[in-house]
Amino acid sequence: MDKLIRREYENLVKYYESSGGNSKALLSKDYASMVINEDRVLAKNSTDGIKIETEKIEGGVHAIIRIKKGYKAKNPVHLCFGMLPRKGRQIIKSEIVAEEGSEVKFLAHCIFPNAVEIEHIMDAEVYVGKGAKVEYEEIHIHGKSGGVKVLPKTHAIVEDEGEYNTTFVIKSGRVGYVDIDYEVHLKDYAKSMLITKIYGKGEDYIKADERIYLEGEHSSGVIKTRMALRDRAKSEIIGKTVGIGAYSRGHVDCTEIIMDDAEAIASPVVMAKNPKAKVTHEAAIGSVDKKQLLTLMTRGLNEEEAIDVIVRGLLK
Amino acid sequence: MLKIENLTVMRDDREIVKDVSFEVNKGEIHLILGVNGSGKTTLAQAIMGIYPCKGKIIFEGKDISCVPVWERARMGITLAFQEPARFEGLLVKDYLMLSAKDKSLSRLEEVVKMVGLPRNILFEEVGENLSGGERKRIELASVLLMEPKLAILDEPDSGIDMLSFKLISEVIRKMKDMGTAVMLITHSEDMINIADRATILCSGKVIATGDREDVKKLFKYSPCPLKR
Repeated sequence: MDKLIRREYENLVKYYESSGGNSKALLSKDYASMVINEDRVLAKNSTDGIKIETEKIEGGVHAIIRIKKGYKAKNPVHLCFGMLPRKGRQIIKSEIVAEEGSEVKFLAHCIFPNAVEIEHIMDAEVYVGKGAKVEYEEIHIHGKSGGVKVLPKTHAIVEDEGEYNTTFVIKSGRVGYVDIDYEVHLKDYAKSMLITKIYGKGEDYIKADERIYLEGEHSSGVIKTRMALRDRAKSEIIGKTVGIGAYSRGHVDCTEIIMDDAEAIASPVVMAKNPKAKVTHEAAIGSVDKKQLLTLMTRGLNEEEAIDVIVRGLLK
Repeated sequence: MLKIENLTVMRDDREIVKDVSFEVNKGEIHLILGVNGSGKTTLAQAIMGIYPCKGKIIFEGKDISCVPVWERARMGITLAFQEPARFEGLLVKDYLMLSAKDKSLSRLEEVVKMVGLPRNILFEEVGENLSGGERKRIELASVLLMEPKLAILDEPDSGIDMLSFKLISEVIRKMKDMGTAVMLITHSEDMINIADRATILCSGKVIATGDREDVKKLFKYSPCPLKR
């Protein structure tokens, strides 16, 4: 690693560590990992069962991650995508292929601590082979200005008996503008759970459009959204499950707490194309639950402290 | 310790508690007895500061009628709701720590055991996963850990089996042993044997207050003579 890249790497890793990332894993041969700042791959490591290949594309990086047939990763794959400058655009195109019977967990940290005008575009194609399992946890660390635009897009195909679960969390800083676009196709006995947890403040805008197509028999999917909004933040949540295969089961579950002048729209869409499929939904938008608030206040927490406990729990 | 003077509470333009006066002494178990709809819960919540009221609520010599809920709690008053709220994402141990004076895990384990729950419940969510009985016991544990001067328990005996009833009675006695005065809200006279004194509420009015045996006789004879 040359001197300049090392300095860039160390700066990024400093934020990575402070957001709960395991920096030792990034340097360990036992962990598959990849560190990208702007459009440069600063470090990457493949292991016996996980191969990571990258190529530079205009404005970003194209990464192909392949998990070998039957390989069950003991350690999570650590990914760190960052933009340390105040302005700029980053495009990450990724292809994840989990071959038949493999198992892997990704821990992705997206770090934009100084963002004033940053655009982060994530475009992923995910293939989960027969009986394979992929978990993808995406943790965002943003700056205080809200000047970040995050556009994560994923298209996933999950073969028979496969499983694909995602969690999207903005852990610190202002959200800025987020537009999530996820689509998952499930074959026979395949499963998926898509979880999104975001706390919007100021002028933040959050849009999430998540769709699960239950194509296979006995496939099952859940879209779970937890959102808290205050000030003038806005959200628009669409969760759609389509029951196509016989005995498929889908559920959309959205809870949003709104405070101050925040606005929220939740549109759960359930659609069945097979009389033997069952798709359900629940959506609740409202202020902080009064009973929860009072229960905590009877223990000595003031209103602000009580709201904080309730919101932190919801987004945990 | 607690002196209620001419307390009136309105809800939806209706007088639910009417010109009520009674006292709870330091360290005593005081039963508020009344049939359903007599205004017991409204009275309990008004003392906690949840409803505005006319009249005086004097706690340790200070009129707290205008003091907000959380400040009353910090002064040493707490209320366990009949059906306590559930919290998504909040672990039992973290919930208990919010009010505990001694936040050590060993103390939490001790109190959880005291209310008849297994240790591993500390690592479960205070959510829909808990049964109604478990949630009620966690509330009692939370009150025990807070070590308040006055604990208002709203129907801790409702919807529980005989075994749990015995256990809850023991927990209430322990609170008294710790020096906490307990104001116990119930519609069941079964609880009266653990009380020192009692007050009967009927159609929002106090019809008797005093020694438990006297009140017990009266309640048995006519639980609410004002009710038509």
